[in-house]
Amino acid sequence: MRRGIRGATATALVAGLALAATACGGGDGGSGGDSGGELSGTVTFWDTSNDAEKATYRKLAEGFQKEHPKVRVKYVNVPFGDANAKFKNAAGGNSGAPDVMRTEVAWTADFAGLGYLAPLDGTPALDKTDDYLPQAVGSTKFKGKTYAAPQVIDTLGLFYNKKLLKDAGVGVPKTFDELATAAKKIKSKTGATALYLRGDDPYWFLPYLYGEGGDLVNARDKVVEIDDGAAVKAFKTIKSLVDSEAAVTDATDGQENQLKALKDGTVAMAVDGPWDIEGARAGKAFKDKKNLGVAPVPAGSTAQGSPQGGWNLSVYAGSKNLQASYAFVKYMSSAKVQQQTNEKLSLLPTRKSVYEVPAVKDNEMVRFFKPAVDGAVQRPWIAEGNSLFEPIKVQMNKVLTGASSPEQAAKAAGDAYRKLLKDYK
Amino acid sequence: MVAPVVLVIGVIIGYPLVRGVFLSLTDANEANVERNIGVNHLPATYQFTGLDNYKAVLADGVFWDRLGWTVLWTVGCVSLTFLIGLALANMLNRTLRGRTFYRLALILPWAIPAFISVFTWRMLYNEKNGILNKLLAGGGIDAVPWLNDPTWAKLSVIAVNVWLGVPFMLVALLGGLQSIPGELYEAAEMDGAGPWQRFRNITVPGLRAVSSTVILLSTIWTFNMFPVIFLLTRGGPGDATEILVTYAYRLSFLDSPRNFSESAAWGVLILLLLSVVAVVYRRALRKQGEVC
Repeated sequence: MRRGIRGATATALVAGLALAATACGGGDGGSGGDSGGELSGTVTFWDTSNDAEKATYRKLAEGFQKEHPKVRVKYVNVPFGDANAKFKNAAGGNSGAPDVMRTEVAWTADFAGLGYLAPLDGTPALDKTDDYLPQAVGSTKFKGKTYAAPQVIDTLGLFYNKKLLKDAGVGVPKTFDELATAAKKIKSKTGATALYLRGDDPYWFLPYLYGEGGDLVNARDKVVEIDDGAAVKAFKTIKSLVDSEAAVTDATDGQENQLKALKDGTVAMAVDGPWDIEGARAGKAFKDKKNLGVAPVPAGSTAQGSPQGGWNLSVYAGSKNLQASYAFVKYMSSAKVQQQTNEKLSLLPTRKSVYEVPAVKDNEMVRFFKPAVDGAVQRPWIAEGNSLFEPIKVQMNKVLTGASSPEQAAKAAGDAYRKLLKDYK
Repeated sequence: MVAPVVLVIGVIIGYPLVRGVFLSLTDANEANVERNIGVNHLPATYQFTGLDNYKAVLADGVFWDRLGWTVLWTVGCVSLTFLIGLALANMLNRTLRGRTFYRLALILPWAIPAFISVFTWRMLYNEKNGILNKLLAGGGIDAVPWLNDPTWAKLSVIAVNVWLGVPFMLVALLGGLQSIPGELYEAAEMDGAGPWQRFRNITVPGLRAVSSTVILLSTIWTFNMFPVIFLLTRGGPGDATEILVTYAYRLSFLDSPRNFSESAAWGVLILLLLSVVAVVYRRALRKQGEVC
C-alpha cells in the first residue's frame, strides 16, 4: 500500500485492478447459449443496490433459475460508489466483467461510448418496449442504438418527519426560502435542524440548480450552462442554508449521515430518493411508518425541478453467454419482477402496466413519486454525463467550506466542463 | 551472471516506465486505446502529441497548487514522524519493565493493513457520529469538522499519516540507537557530560546514517501516500487535501473517458521531482561527509 500511482504504472495498475476484480466478479460464463433451445451456463450479475435492498435483489435475481433450471445466476453485490470504476477496470482489461450489470442511468451512455456494452435492439432482452415509460427509455439510447433495459426509475423528493413539522407548527416548505424561514421555528420548538443538505454528492446540487432555471450543459446545442448565473444563485442558496444553520452538511459520508440524522429525528427534512424509503423506515423516528412524509423538492427562485435518475440493466459486450444474459435482462425488467421490487422496496417501476396493478397504485410512495418522476428533469444522456459530476462536487465543497465564492465556483466548474467536453462552447 | 537481474528489472521496472513515458507523449485515453471486448476488436487510434501534455500540465494552476500542498504535507508528515519516532526510540532504548510490550504496542499500527486503519480513522473523524466529537461533546466542546473544513482536514490527514509512519521510524531508529556502543556513553558520563550533551554529541552523530536513509525513504513514501488521502477525504473537501498522486488518479480513473496520457504526464513529473529531491539530498549529505 505504500505506493502511489506513478504514471508509469498507471496502465499496469489498471490491469492489476482488473485482476483483483476477477477474484470476486467474473469467472467462466460457460459456453451456454441455446443448445437445443434451452438456456444453460452461468450469468454473473453485478447488482448495485444498497444494504436495505440487496437481499431482495438477490432473491429476485436467483428467481431466474426457476424459469431456466440449467442457468446459474451468480449474484454479486457491488457497492454503488465503486461499481463504475470496477466495471471499467474489468471491461477495459477484458477480464472479470459481469455478464449483466445494473447500471446507473448516466453510466449507460458512458459505457456504451467506450464499446463495453452489447446493443440490445432485436435481442430477446428488449421485451414489450411500448410498455416502458418514455422518459425511462431516454437513458438507454446512445447514438441510435439501445444499450440497456430500464429497470427502476427515480427522482429526488423531500422526505419529512411529519411529527417534527407539526410540533413546530410549520407546513411542508414549497421553496427553499420557505424552508429557511421555517427552520428557526423548527429549531426553537423541537431542537431539530430543518434540513440535512448533502454537501458530499453533486447529484443533490441539481434541485438547487434546476430551481434557478439552470442546467449542467445543453447537449443539443453543445453549450456549457453550469457557469451562467443560475449556478451562482444555486451555490448561494446552499451556502446560505448552511450558514444560517437551517441546514447541516458534510463533505464526506453524506449518505450514512443523512439517513442516520433523519432516522434519529435530529433533522426534520432531507432531500432523498425512493432507494432510502426502506432504510428510513427502519429508524426510531419512523416507528410509525406514517410519520414519513414525502413532498416535491422545494423550488428555487424561478422553478422547481429534481433530476431523473434510476437504474438500467445492461449486457457486457464481451459476455460469453449472451443468450442467457439477454433472457436474464428480460426477466429482471419484466412486469412481474418490477411489481415485486415495488412491493418489497417501494421502488418505482419503469413499465406503465405495473402502475395499473392495484397494490402498486395504492402504494403511498408510488402515489407521490410517480407524478414527481413524470415531472423530473431528464439529464444530458451523453457519454461524459457521469463525469460532469466530479467538478461540481469539488466546487460545492469549496463553496460550503468558504474556500471559493459562488461566482468562482461556477466559473471553475464551467472551465472543467470545457476541458472535458472539447467541442462545447 | 547479471542477466537475470537485468531481465527482471527490465520486465518489472523498465517496461512500465517506458510505457508510461510513451503514453505521456500521446493523447491516449480510455476511448482510443486498443481493446478486445468479446468478439469486438477496437484498434488503437491515439496519436503522438510530443510535449503537449507537459505544457498543458505546467501551464495549469492546478499543478502548482497541488505541488504546494504536497510539499507542505510531505515536510509536515516527515518531520513530525521523525521527531516522534526519535523521542519514542530514545525512551525505549533502555532496560525498563515491560519493554517488549511497549515495543509490540508501538509496532501495532504497522501490522494493520493501511486501508483498515484509515477506514477506522474515518469513522472516528465523522463529524456527526464519530467518537472523537462524542468525546469532545462530553467535555462540553463544540464538534470539530475534522474532514469537512479545509484546514482541519489537512491537519487530520497529517495526523493519520504520522500515526501510520511512527512505528517505522521507531524501529529503524531504535536499531540505530542499539548499534551505538554503550562505552561511548559511559566514557562521556565519566567526563561529566549531561544527558543533553550526550544526546547531541553521541546519539545524533551515531544515528546519522540511519536517519538520513529513513528520512529520504519517508519523504518518497509520504509524497506518494495515496491511500491515506484518498480513503480519508478523496482529496476533499473540495480539493483541499488533494496531493499530486491523488490528482493523477482522478484524471486517470474518475473522468470519462479516462485520461491515461495526462495522468501519465503527471506521473512522470512526480517521478522527476522525487528523483531531483533524492539526488540533491544525497549530494548535500555527502558534502557534509555523512554518507559514504
